[in-house]
Amino acid sequence: MSADPTEQRAPRTASVVGALLRAQLRLELRTFESVPAMWLFSVTAFVLFHFGLNVTQLSANLASGVLWVTLLLAAMLVINRLYLADAEQGGFDGFLLSPADRGALLLAKVLTLLCYLAAVELVAVPAFALLLLQPPLGQTLPALLGVLALGDLGIAVIGALVGALAIRTQARDLLGPMLSLPLLVPVMLCVAGATAPLFDPLRAGAIPLRLLVALALYDAVFGLIAFALFDFLLED
Amino acid sequence: MSAISLRGVTRRYGERTALAAVTLELPTGQTLAVLGPNGAGKSTLLRVLATLLRPHAGELAVLGHSLPQENWAVRGKIGLLGHEPMLYRELTARENLRLHAKLHGVALERIGELLALVALDRRADEPLRTLSRGLVQRVAVCRTLLHDPELLLLDEPRANLDPAACEIIEPLIGRASRKTRVIVSHDPAGALLEADLVLGLRRGRAALLATPTELDCQQLAELYR
Repeated sequence: MSADPTEQRAPRTASVVGALLRAQLRLELRTFESVPAMWLFSVTAFVLFHFGLNVTQLSANLASGVLWVTLLLAAMLVINRLYLADAEQGGFDGFLLSPADRGALLLAKVLTLLCYLAAVELVAVPAFALLLLQPPLGQTLPALLGVLALGDLGIAVIGALVGALAIRTQARDLLGPMLSLPLLVPVMLCVAGATAPLFDPLRAGAIPLRLLVALALYDAVFGLIAFALFDFLLED
Repeated sequence: MSAISLRGVTRRYGERTALAAVTLELPTGQTLAVLGPNGAGKSTLLRVLATLLRPHAGELAVLGHSLPQENWAVRGKIGLLGHEPMLYRELTARENLRLHAKLHGVALERIGELLALVALDRRADEPLRTLSRGLVQRVAVCRTLLHDPELLLLDEPRANLDPAACEIIEPLIGRASRKTRVIVSHDPAGALLEADLVLGLRRGRAALLATPTELDCQQLAELYR
């Protein structure tokens, strides 16, 4: 005997997150509204730094700052738009009417932002290395990928939380960066400090471990705060 | 048993009162028609019943659960067909319904079944932005019914639909569905035919509450004056 197709089971959070993430990525693939803008911004910024500073090799600290500030500002372009389709096309209401766990939406948005950032870094990091680094990344690349992953997680968690807050306001274009930039200062301090040794041949790529631990803790604490607050941001 | 029970339910937007002390009881399986001029609070009432807005005063119970304390218990038992289809324009009908099926924990076979019932199976794989508003409304009907809700909240459900499409969706959301329904309508004559109880709202207040047989044209005309 086949099961009744109308029978409703409690939706599994993993299944809901997967469905929301698939929908978000499909929307991006069909509209190309976010990632190409981030690509263009980051590559243009590196070109401007290359010609503006008139050097082919930056000092390690400066290179680290240039990379992360550019990535952070590129992320700002999409944080404000992260919930736009949901707000304008009723996706929020559709989600709120369902019995799905509210945290599933937050998790799906964090994963969406992580996917966007990874896609941007696929283009931006080689462009950065080409335009502003001598010698190229080479053997420090795996360590850089690790720092990028932790930094991206911080940006994604804070971006997903602030995006949900900003989308409900009239001044979302202003509020998104105004709220997220101060919250991202600790992330920037940690990732810039952890990345700088990777660009310095004299320091042989030794990453200060305490900065990575601090960054991981900050990501974890903010993840918990975001999870606790998200319900209140969504509900009336 | 009452499917909906409202006692003095009030909802404000800032200084403006959108719903003012609305009181009514709707038994299970019956249909409430909500009438009134633009801005009377009809859509606000639907959103309060759908748990999307919290009442600022009064007591409200839907399907035996007090709201907003037990919002979680009624979500998934309500189908809201509102002004907005709550569907992504860049996704196809099937993709949108698949997302909502996952949100509600419904088997995916239900999607094909519903698309066939609204005669949309042939265009189910086209992005919604390429469909007419009438076809999008049919997809929205599928979205509303996907999880077989006990209570239907319908805001102008036949908007943008031609007579043939109205006939198609009639067994799904009409009286034949045998579900408890709240219908917001700007067509008093049509709404009266469907209703067991009529609520007339004016500036957020219940200006009339009666069965269709108790109403006369004068009272209805007064509501819109």
